[in-house]
Amino acid sequence: MTTFIIRRLLLAIPTILVVITVVFFAVRGLGGDPAMAILGDRANPEALEVLRERLGLNQPLWKQYTSFLWDLTRGDLGRDLRTDQPVSELFRRAVPYTVDLAIWATVIGILIGVPAGILAALKWNTPLDFVGRFLGIFGFSFPAFYLSIILLFIFSLVLGWFPMIGGGELSNWVERARHLFLPALSLGLIKSAFVMRLTRSSMLNVLHEDYITTARSKGLKEWVVIYKHALRNSLIPVVTMISVYMAVTIGGSIEVEIVFNRPGLGKFLIGAIQERNYPVIQSGLVVLTVFIMLVNLITDLSYAFIDPRIKYD
Amino acid sequence: MELKRFLKNKVSFLGFILVIVALLLAVFSPYIATQDPLKQNIIKRFVKPSWEYFGGTDGYGRDIFSRTIYGSRISLSVGFAATFLGAMLGTILGLIAGYNKGWVGIGIVWLTDVFMSFPTMVLAIIVVVAFGPGTQNVILAIGLAFTPRFIRLARASTLSVSEQVFIEASRATGQPSFGIIRKHIFPNIAGDIIVMSTLWIATAIRLEASLSFLGLGTQPPTPSWGNMIREGMLYFMHAPWLSLIPGAGIFLAVIGFNMLGDGIRDVLDPKLRGRLT
Repeated sequence: MTTFIIRRLLLAIPTILVVITVVFFAVRGLGGDPAMAILGDRANPEALEVLRERLGLNQPLWKQYTSFLWDLTRGDLGRDLRTDQPVSELFRRAVPYTVDLAIWATVIGILIGVPAGILAALKWNTPLDFVGRFLGIFGFSFPAFYLSIILLFIFSLVLGWFPMIGGGELSNWVERARHLFLPALSLGLIKSAFVMRLTRSSMLNVLHEDYITTARSKGLKEWVVIYKHALRNSLIPVVTMISVYMAVTIGGSIEVEIVFNRPGLGKFLIGAIQERNYPVIQSGLVVLTVFIMLVNLITDLSYAFIDPRIKYD
Repeated sequence: MELKRFLKNKVSFLGFILVIVALLLAVFSPYIATQDPLKQNIIKRFVKPSWEYFGGTDGYGRDIFSRTIYGSRISLSVGFAATFLGAMLGTILGLIAGYNKGWVGIGIVWLTDVFMSFPTMVLAIIVVVAFGPGTQNVILAIGLAFTPRFIRLARASTLSVSEQVFIEASRATGQPSFGIIRKHIFPNIAGDIIVMSTLWIATAIRLEASLSFLGLGTQPPTPSWGNMIREGMLYFMHAPWLSLIPGAGIFLAVIGFNMLGDGIRDVLDPKLRGRLT
């Protein structure tokens, strides 16, 4: 187990390097001169030179690359072009909003998706199952931002139950929850469609296993068969896939944060792209991708705890 | 036989109808739209949906219904073009990775694994940062974001086809690798690729809408569903129809392709079940 964890951690290093390299070259070079992009093509040469100097763009590419890596290892993410604040400080404030959203969306997805999937499997091929499958397709046909807009329309504009936009003060729990509810619900409903489909098909697979027939022929009560034998086994793939969908949820959180004007990572990143705020774009993409990689890492490591049959050596 | 099974499935048939309607709307936009989608009319600003303007008008007095109809052109063409690009690049690299057992193959597989761990949305945003916003770059971005998914499928199919005796036979007769891949392996994996492509068109349409909504995709004044919602959100408090109506276009197109793809997949390839992300 320990060797597995160590090996998995070591394997993550080259992956992080590839991602950081891709981000580095995406921000530079390919899109033209960043200094020119910020100031416009009619900017005077001295101003361009000053900005290049400030961004370190007048150094040779390999030097920029190594100093970028060196800064990252020290946790230095550069400075915001506009406010000159350290980018790491901005992100430290933004991350809780994104983490809140991702976690609660997952909780909502599980609370709706798992019972719905079990019900659909138990009522296999009945009208109820059909409705469930249809709602499943419904769920993953909604772009997250459009579902957010519809919920915003119903609950905030028409009913006035929830605040329109913003993230709320983090220290005020009531306000934090009120601002979180609609964004988490939109991502959670979409996630529940995935979870439901998976729970349903996994449950159907398990229900056809021999040990279920054995349990029934032993004369066990039907609910004991379902809950003690079928459900436990069918939830193993569901639990692992829920963590895989975590990455998808983080991707979806970007657009949801924009709709609700929630000051999380995604909103910062998109805002920076529009302002051509290069240090923030660069570090934002690195933080976002490393964040996703950490989630994947935790998923991999948790396999061993969830399913004791898996052995690592 | 397959066609009969497909038509019997009500969900996929409904999807088929929705897709046909969307295609017709895109092709015949000028005949269906009641107004010029770009024509501004300052007197008729923020008109609520009515019989004259089915979808109301926006802040420039442009007709939302007509703009939504025209928006289908961008969405569908990006959906098809991006999926085609991803499928093409993915198939080429997947064929190489499946056939080549040396460091080229290993390298492709490793890079594929790296990029597979990121959601397509995040990959697409990285590409847009590199090349800038715009409809063409969105096609590139979504196509590249899809490539790892297609590499994985093409490689898996290539591996299973390569084990067959007829491939060994053609190798024994001394045919060059390229010829074997082109004449024997590719025709055998094309079916899998086509099935998977139909599933990804829906995702491509959804991604284009999301990117345009974020301001990274199709740029105004060209109407696309995503950028219409983006503009509409500025006036959401007193003119919510500006965002709600184009959104219905996205939803109907995406659900149509999803239901159609689900049906095609069930009929042609039960193995692919559960790969809709």
